[in-house]
Amino acid sequence: MPVSSLAALKLACQRGGRIVVPALSFKVEAGRALILRGPNGAGKTTLLRTIAGYLPADSGRVIVSDDKGEGTGEGHFHYIGHTNGIKPRLSVIENVSFWQRFYSGADDADAAENALDAFALLDLAEYRAGHLSQGQARRLGLARLLASKRSVWLLDEPSVSLDAASTRRLETAIRHHLAQGGIALVSTHLDLALGDAATVLELQHGRAFAA
Amino acid sequence: MNAFLALLTRDLTLALRQGSAIGTALGFYLIAVSIIPLGLGPDLALLSRIAPGILWISFLLSAVLSVDALFQEDRDDGSLDALAIGPLPSELIAASKSLAHWLTTCVPLIVVTPLAGLLLNMELNAVPKLLATLAVGTLGISFVAGAGAALTLGLRRGALLLPLLILPLFAPFLIFGVGALSGAAGAFSQSILLLGALSLFSVAAMPFAAALALRLSLE
Repeated sequence: MPVSSLAALKLACQRGGRIVVPALSFKVEAGRALILRGPNGAGKTTLLRTIAGYLPADSGRVIVSDDKGEGTGEGHFHYIGHTNGIKPRLSVIENVSFWQRFYSGADDADAAENALDAFALLDLAEYRAGHLSQGQARRLGLARLLASKRSVWLLDEPSVSLDAASTRRLETAIRHHLAQGGIALVSTHLDLALGDAATVLELQHGRAFAA
Repeated sequence: MNAFLALLTRDLTLALRQGSAIGTALGFYLIAVSIIPLGLGPDLALLSRIAPGILWISFLLSAVLSVDALFQEDRDDGSLDALAIGPLPSELIAASKSLAHWLTTCVPLIVVTPLAGLLLNMELNAVPKLLATLAVGTLGISFVAGAGAALTLGLRRGALLLPLLILPLFAPFLIFGVGALSGAAGAFSQSILLLGALSLFSVAAMPFAAALALRLSLE
């Protein structure tokens, strides 16, 4: 994993012209996770979408350091938002194989199967994704993270509609990712058991402080 | 390039499994072509004279029917977010989508065009020429439509706005496409060259407009 750190430098995030997160600075080293907490509307999604590059920052910047130097992190991100990015008319394995091929540019059937296995979906591989339950669909959405390797995971409420066992699987996936030198930024209301690899950042309307 | 092919194959698979978009366009095309003679009366000479124009206009209207869904589904289910941060530049995402539209909508329409020509008493020796103009011109049509679909993405009632936006842009395609079949000396070769130029220009330029619109729609 080539990314050594992700830093925000006085990053102010806007949504629709309104500043939601003013001048936030933090740095996450490889192997660490940053947990974003805060009430609804505190700017967790806006912050993640700004880092991913979907939203232009109002001021400040995001610096991702990799083996080639400092950049915006383009090509290093996986982003999981509130939607799962799966096609109901494709089978479970076709969905995950598509993302595997799209991100890595080559066929790797093992990577796709292992990603399904990690989220306990292997038994449903030939099943149509449209017939999955909410929780199963969420797991299929998350399987994209494992199907192709990328250093920085930006996860927006990843545990929504997951049951306890699936949440454990998500924790295992994140811990494994961190152990390999990856970085994760996770907004969540649940306590994810990530041990001391995680730092918590509380976002309160207009302010942020480390907890 | 492999990511491009992965996206294109996925879209083709989805279109084939869904079937409804292709079916709607084909059905609309054949129905439009068969009710026009009912309105014009049983004048076979008139029909065969205006057949190329009727076929081209019906073709264009059928081709824009399903175009609003080109990016909409990917946006709604979150795929567009994931596509946008992948290895493929937005321009190539737009190009892949437009190409998929051409392969899944325009090519089937071209295939049934000889049958539609038969319904309009079109001269048999004009059919290959008509097919040639459609094959050359409609590739550009799909790319213009792709840019339009990206521009209206995320708008309420974007599906209604879209034809207003792109049908006027189809005018030059229509003029040269029908002009090629006017029967005047040299008209075919001149018109089809201009049609090809228009098409190539759209293929080269439209993905940039579409990419800009796609990036804005992610905000």
